[in-house]
Amino acid sequence: MMLSFTPDTSSARSPAHSSAHSRRNAILGSALLALAVLVLPILISASGSMTWLRIADIALLYIMLALGLNIVVGFAGLLDLGYIAFFAVGAYVWALLSSPHLAQAFPALGPEGLHWPMWVILPLGACIAGLFGVLLGAPTLRLRGDYLAIVTLGFGEIVRIFMNNLNQPINLTNGPQGITRINPVMFGQFSFGKSVTFGSITVPSLMLYYYLFAALAVLIVVASIRLQDSRIGRAWEAIREDEIAARAIGINTRNIKLLAFAMGASFGGVAGGLFASLQGFISPESFGLMDSICVLCMVVLGGMGHIPGVILGTLLLTGLPEALRHWAGPAQQALLGKVVIDPEALRMLLFGVALVLVMQFRPAGLWPSSTRQRELEELADTLPDDENDNDDDDDDDDEASQRSKEVRS
Amino acid sequence: MSLLSVRNLHVAYGAIQAVRGINLDIAAGERVCLIGSNGAGKTTTLKALARLLPAQGELHYDGHDLQRLPAHGLAKRGLALVPEGRGVFARLTVLENLLMGTYSRNSSKGEQEADVQRVFGLLPRLAERAQQLAGTLSGGEQQMLAIGRALMSHPKLLLLDEPSMGLAPIMVQKIFDVIRSVTEQGVTLLLVEQNAHLALSLCSRGYVLSNGCITMQDDSKALLANPQVQATYLGMHMA
Repeated sequence: MMLSFTPDTSSARSPAHSSAHSRRNAILGSALLALAVLVLPILISASGSMTWLRIADIALLYIMLALGLNIVVGFAGLLDLGYIAFFAVGAYVWALLSSPHLAQAFPALGPEGLHWPMWVILPLGACIAGLFGVLLGAPTLRLRGDYLAIVTLGFGEIVRIFMNNLNQPINLTNGPQGITRINPVMFGQFSFGKSVTFGSITVPSLMLYYYLFAALAVLIVVASIRLQDSRIGRAWEAIREDEIAARAIGINTRNIKLLAFAMGASFGGVAGGLFASLQGFISPESFGLMDSICVLCMVVLGGMGHIPGVILGTLLLTGLPEALRHWAGPAQQALLGKVVIDPEALRMLLFGVALVLVMQFRPAGLWPSSTRQRELEELADTLPDDENDNDDDDDDDDEASQRSKEVRS
Repeated sequence: MSLLSVRNLHVAYGAIQAVRGINLDIAAGERVCLIGSNGAGKTTTLKALARLLPAQGELHYDGHDLQRLPAHGLAKRGLALVPEGRGVFARLTVLENLLMGTYSRNSSKGEQEADVQRVFGLLPRLAERAQQLAGTLSGGEQQMLAIGRALMSHPKLLLLDEPSMGLAPIMVQKIFDVIRSVTEQGVTLLLVEQNAHLALSLCSRGYVLSNGCITMQDDSKALLANPQVQATYLGMHMA
């Protein structure tokens, strides 16, 4: 009896011990991370590089986008190749409601068009994008895998082509020229579009945006974590694993899938609105198939369904190509005397190579969920043992387990 | 008063009639099996009963008109399907799979814990494997898990689709022992099975399905003794 109890108590103690330990680590980790996020833009602007500050801003937008797509692809397992359409919808909602553009088509609005406040436009953009998510989701409820991918791809293209052509009969989107003079984010009279001086410190506009985006990205991270841990999150997981079984255990797969599309799309809509305000200009060419695929790559590369992994993937795939863009040209110039490969082309090459390497060596992504990883490793360790167990058990259950316990102790 | 009554059930895949007007009656607490060869329409019937396929006919279960209930509404009314091919959530652990089974119940942590312990009591193998990913279990263990997950919803009627499929004979025997002990606790069973001998020895009554029609229905003993059943489904014409 004593012997057979020993492994039980030790295995019961070690998870509890490691969970307290990991909680302390997690708190420490998030504190450090928060500090890094806060200090990063100061360091960047101290180095005098506005370009990298802009890249940091864009990376935060991509984090929101990737986390939105992660809900659809990672949580619910629905492969969406047209996700950028929701980003586009969010961006156009912001652009139309916060620029003089609509005045051309609707003179009744007055010469200045609409300039609604952010508090209205951002949630509205999220809702309209969410509605588009449902519009995409409804006809694709019965589709999965490659079929779903094709339909979503088509949907993404349809949205882009509409944006491109809706300058007739009424000029809604201004077609390929895009919409200009989009308002920056305004808090009352305080504009994020200009740098602000506090005493002797000047805070550039891009840094203001950085902190705003970081705050919203944190909100979206928290929302993602809460969703994943919720009843809805479990339903998404079940649908991802086996849809028939999910229905059999009482999950309303139709509504839960539509909810995934809508939630994912609304995150994309928020990111889109912020993108429009940051750039001050949008045109349909920012919302092509390549952009959908880029966001998907971020999710897949980092680790589908694992929030920190998705963020890592996003940072890598936004940071590295920019680094290449800045250093690949000069480096080639210095080493070879001329630029052999266009840095822009190098960027796509990097994407391809990175994906192939990840799929080959880390098929679950660079940073998959740690519990999954641990389980898989433990399983791999005990696999030969397990197989023996199975064979024995088929002969005689009790004897075999008795024997394996003896062997272990 | 039967727990499940099926009148004139028709199921078609496009132009192909898979099930052509069958009638079934199962009383509460009964063990009933539906046997037949490949393509006879057994799984189709079960899927139609679980509302996973559109079907014509009158389907009544425990005072509900099944035709008016969606598939996802059945679990909380005590009708649980263990689908063909088990349908375990491969990338979730055994424990997570079981907890998924409580989805329709909105039960508290304590109730869930009690349900898990109840299922572990019936299926001790699952307790040993609680933290293992379901996809890494052996076929028999996956079948146990699928049954265990269905039991988490406290079913009144269990629809079991081919639990013996692809399993070693020893494992099949274990699974059937589990099914027997489950039904002894008051769960009504409709079992779809190709292995007619096993199914008939577990169940008290059987329906024989052939080409989408019920060709025979009787007590298990009578069916086991029936020369036609023996020849067609029990492989005894060789003897």
